Amino acid sequence: MAAVGSLLGVLSRSATRRYTLRSGLSPRTFAVASSMLARTHVSYEIKDDVAIIRINDPNSKVNTLSVQLQQEMTEVMNEVLGNEAVKSAVLISSKPGCFIAGADINMIQACGTAEKVSSLSSEGQKMFERVEKSPIPIVAAINGSCLGGGLEFAIACRYRIATKNKKTVLGTPEVMLGLLPGAGGTQRLPKMVGLPSAFDMMLTGRNIRADKAKKMGLVDQLVDTLGPGLKGPEERTIEYLEEVAVGVARGLADKKVPMTKTKSTMEKIQEYVMGFEFVRNQVYKTVNNKVMKQTKGLYPAPMKIIECVKAGIEQGPDAGYLAESQNFGKLAMTSESRALIGLYHGQVACKKNRFGVPDREVKTLAILGAGLMGAGIAQVTVDKGVNTILKDTTVEGLSRGQQQVYKGLNDRVKKRSLTSFERDSILSKLTGQLDYGGFEKADMVVEAVFEDLNIKHAVLKEVEAVIPPHCIFATNTSALPIKDIAAASKRPDKVIGMHYFSPVDKMQLLEIITTDKTSRDTTASAVAVGLKQGKVIIVVGDGPGFYTTRCLAPMLAEAVRVLQEGVDPKKLDTLTTGFGFPVGAATLADEVGIDVAAHVAEDLGKAFGSRFGGGNVELLKTMVEKGFKGRKSGKGCYIYQPGLKRKDINPEIEEILERFKMTPHPTVSSDSDVQYRLVTRFVNEAVLCLQEGILNNPVEGDIGAVFGLGFPPCLGGPFRYVDSFGADKIVEKMRRFEDVYGNQFTPCQLLLDHAKDPSKRFHK
Amino acid sequence: TIYFLSKTLAKPNVKNIVLVDGVRTPFLLSGTSYSDLMPHDLGRGALQGLLNRTGVPKEIVDHIIYGIVIQEVKTSNVAREAALGAGFSDKTPAHTVTMACISSNQAMTSAVGLIAAGQCDVVVAGGVEFMSDVPIRHSRKMRKTMLSLNKAKTLGQRLSLLGSIRMGHLMPELPAVAEFSTAESMGHSADRLAAAFGVTRVEQDEYALRSHRLAKKAQDEGLLSDIISFQVPGKNIISADNGIRPTSMEQMGKLKPAFVKPHGTVTAANSSFLTDGASAVLIMSEEKALALGYKPKAYLRDFVYVSQDPKDQLLLGPTYATPKVLEKSGLTMEDIDVFEFHEAFAGQIVANLKAMDSDWFAQNCMGRKSKVGVPPMEKFNTWGGSLSLGHPFAATGCRLVTTVAHRLQKEGGQYGVVAACAAGGQVFLPKYTYAQLARADTEYSRGATVQVFLVHSFGLFSVHVLCMKMTMCKSVQKHF
Repeated sequence: MAAVGSLLGVLSRSATRRYTLRSGLSPRTFAVASSMLARTHVSYEIKDDVAIIRINDPNSKVNTLSVQLQQEMTEVMNEVLGNEAVKSAVLISSKPGCFIAGADINMIQACGTAEKVSSLSSEGQKMFERVEKSPIPIVAAINGSCLGGGLEFAIACRYRIATKNKKTVLGTPEVMLGLLPGAGGTQRLPKMVGLPSAFDMMLTGRNIRADKAKKMGLVDQLVDTLGPGLKGPEERTIEYLEEVAVGVARGLADKKVPMTKTKSTMEKIQEYVMGFEFVRNQVYKTVNNKVMKQTKGLYPAPMKIIECVKAGIEQGPDAGYLAESQNFGKLAMTSESRALIGLYHGQVACKKNRFGVPDREVKTLAILGAGLMGAGIAQVTVDKGVNTILKDTTVEGLSRGQQQVYKGLNDRVKKRSLTSFERDSILSKLTGQLDYGGFEKADMVVEAVFEDLNIKHAVLKEVEAVIPPHCIFATNTSALPIKDIAAASKRPDKVIGMHYFSPVDKMQLLEIITTDKTSRDTTASAVAVGLKQGKVIIVVGDGPGFYTTRCLAPMLAEAVRVLQEGVDPKKLDTLTTGFGFPVGAATLADEVGIDVAAHVAEDLGKAFGSRFGGGNVELLKTMVEKGFKGRKSGKGCYIYQPGLKRKDINPEIEEILERFKMTPHPTVSSDSDVQYRLVTRFVNEAVLCLQEGILNNPVEGDIGAVFGLGFPPCLGGPFRYVDSFGADKIVEKMRRFEDVYGNQFTPCQLLLDHAKDPSKRFHK
Repeated sequence: TIYFLSKTLAKPNVKNIVLVDGVRTPFLLSGTSYSDLMPHDLGRGALQGLLNRTGVPKEIVDHIIYGIVIQEVKTSNVAREAALGAGFSDKTPAHTVTMACISSNQAMTSAVGLIAAGQCDVVVAGGVEFMSDVPIRHSRKMRKTMLSLNKAKTLGQRLSLLGSIRMGHLMPELPAVAEFSTAESMGHSADRLAAAFGVTRVEQDEYALRSHRLAKKAQDEGLLSDIISFQVPGKNIISADNGIRPTSMEQMGKLKPAFVKPHGTVTAANSSFLTDGASAVLIMSEEKALALGYKPKAYLRDFVYVSQDPKDQLLLGPTYATPKVLEKSGLTMEDIDVFEFHEAFAGQIVANLKAMDSDWFAQNCMGRKSKVGVPPMEKFNTWGGSLSLGHPFAATGCRLVTTVAHRLQKEGGQYGVVAACAAGGQVFLPKYTYAQLARADTEYSRGATVQVFLVHSFGLFSVHVLCMKMTMCKSVQKHF
């Protein structure tokens, strides 16, 4: 599942800090309230001739551009600009770690119509235009996240100073919520950093660190973070930033600090080249093609961003700003944006520990098995300062695993997110070994050994003989029921399932599985460890395949049938990616491993019977026998050659497919039907998991499907998909497939209930 | 006598260790008159000067320890090369130590350790730094190619190796300007430290100016008597430091920040400069010194090394170490008559003074109940400091200790404290700090037996092994 969604990757990396969940109060209430009450979000102070405007949302860890904040900001701006003694101003946040994290999402969602959202956008545009055209210079002093609306505010200022704090990131993440920078961002950013960089920022939504921002011309000056002095480091750093910013503001007012920055030769060349219309057209075209290729046209926001930028540059600012506000309104009403925002909210929810604080913090974690999984788990654990023991049975296995951890960290050194010194000091916490030495100090053991119940039992017994009584035993399995594994345990309350996804350092999801014997504290501890590892966590009940594997299995069974019916792997991939899956079904099978798929299909087939049928498991088994185990063995549905990006269909598989050939049924074999056959089986199984109580709630179901299995993010997950597409339509399609294939397409009761009563929805 | 009225720091069952005398070459801005020398040449100068001034019979010197930071590869055990060249006996073992800016402090405390352990009675310690020439290496790629070339057997192999050389191979590798662990340069760190303590540019410039003025005064009054003249081959005799330049606040104010641009406060004028120079001291057990008829200049009583976080507390060592060494000896700030702190940057000194005066810092960073307390400025670096006299990294420690002894004698004090952060300029990993307590006796009196370094059995064994290694080294050296 290596490539499940670059989009997802970006979405998840930065999203936690981006927007806050504020209960949206209606604009009118605030308008009245703020005129009567003292200001709570924005304050200012005048030092000699410099006004220092401080932002601090008292109700949240981060500042968001909420109605109240905007209201107060407008008032403060009026007072500052109306005061003749003020010659310049500094805009700064009093919060450590956050300048402005963006606009208040709930404020946008509360609007209801595209027109209202558009007018929200044009109000924002006006406010920032006023900042841009202010007669006195305004300096943005940035410490912490400066994202979305916060960045748009900052680039409307005349000068930007940022701290070199690791928390200081700048970016326009709107695209990841299916939106666009709607307060002048699409118009100002290209002017500030050039067309290519602006497109890159707005279309990927990625975070930019302060040093990079300086190089790009996004900020004008950098300020160091300080250590402890006569005050705490964070407090003093903000104070220092303010002192420097005040100096610059005064300098700008006195014309001692030059306003126009000197451009590098490269920048000059780029500017010159971009002066030609045909060059610009070429850029638009290239960007357009790239976006189309990556989104398959399923995400409207990137196209609208290109449209707005183009309007501004080719037809002038009036047209640009108009396009921006109108498109912003339109996008806010799209189902894609709702789906992405839903995922964002879900992700925030899945980053919390609903089981409370565990009795003991896990300070030493031992991992059994230094394979891909084990080493991956070690990597995401050791870099969080947890003492990590990596145990394997052979020197070769251990050495490979340790190399993997080293490489993972070293890649970060190459990307400069880590220094080589930090890498070494992180690695000093990792112990590789072949015996159980040190396990007496372990607070948690995660086993990642071969998926065989007997081996798991043997390991469990060996481990329980050496670990302390409080130590938790977590098993990393993708299909074996935890209660079967726990059957061999002397203390089943300490046994839990932790299902990681490969590659562990890239995949965000962690599926935690509890049995009815697992204690609450054990669960709380597992969730705490997962959160520390940076995971998005769903906690599900025990059962064959738990939640994620169980949803994937019917879809893969269907995919095998599709292959047997004569659709070649490439076509199958095109159909699945065309529906919005980041990775095609055939490629996915190769990534997961054909042997794993066969194993799972067989196990779950036994557990669930004919309902999990479809494709012939023998086909997968034959592939495994021939050594076509997927990417790891170099051959699967495709042939993988090191260093070669292009992949060709494995010619030998055609012969196998021929052997298992089935005749496609003409009434259910159109491209669209094939897509729906794959998706409806997935969705139905997800809903069934909720019905059976495997899933605790639909939110976790959506998050698990999108972050673990690559369910199309633009659809927001199976449950949101049922809501938006309509349960009745899904049932209708399934009934049609049911006529041909039988109970594999029988909709579950919960889905039928939703189909019957359209007012029933999984998400409000 | 004073002896009975005052506290004695002598400890039972520990030998008294004394500083007989100390000397140094003039400290020169690098790239000036010393520029064509090699590091061991300067070391030789200081060692020869010590021999001449003390008249110590060279055959009674048991050991020589020398510090250096930037090593010249040709003379990696610079102690041995300098000692042989200075006319010390070839039977006297010599070894080199390194600990960034406190390398010669390490040399001295190692000497104290050897004497306390009963291994030696007479030890020469010192340090040299030569910044006029630093090793600039071929790139790693080029080095690899050249080493492979050495091993290549056939012409074909050699040609193919030569053919693999690209433009990239030719980029030289300069000595790192940054801290290895944090990738931050010392000046940058000093600037951040100054900012963290809210030290202004004016405060820094004023402190730097004070250093230069006091150094000039000391120079004019002939107080810098630890200097011995140095004859540069083919050039003049050098007999004075050349970095002392008292200017004006206006002049200093004109300089642009050197590290943090454009809003930084550390400039070339309020930082110590790159310096060439060497120093040496003669340390003996008290018994031996008296037996030889010397009148030692000071007791070396106690010392402590501390380490902190190399990023945010890189240069704050003196604040941490000073109270420790005082408490260890049962003294307070008020008991101290002479303070000599190494001045890496004016901002660093002022930041340390502010830290010592801060209850917040003491409580939150040092785990103390209340602040350390600030040394009175009239006792503090009154003959100038590293900012004005110069800072040859590994030679500064001995200068500080000798200066304390001379100031105690001149000013009639009893206790002195030396503190130095391992900081200073360019190259290394200075997270150690050193403070040394020296006690001088104007009326030299016989103290009881005393303290320092209680070496337990393992330590003794390792010292023994070390000596064996030295002998081996000597024989190896002869082969060279």
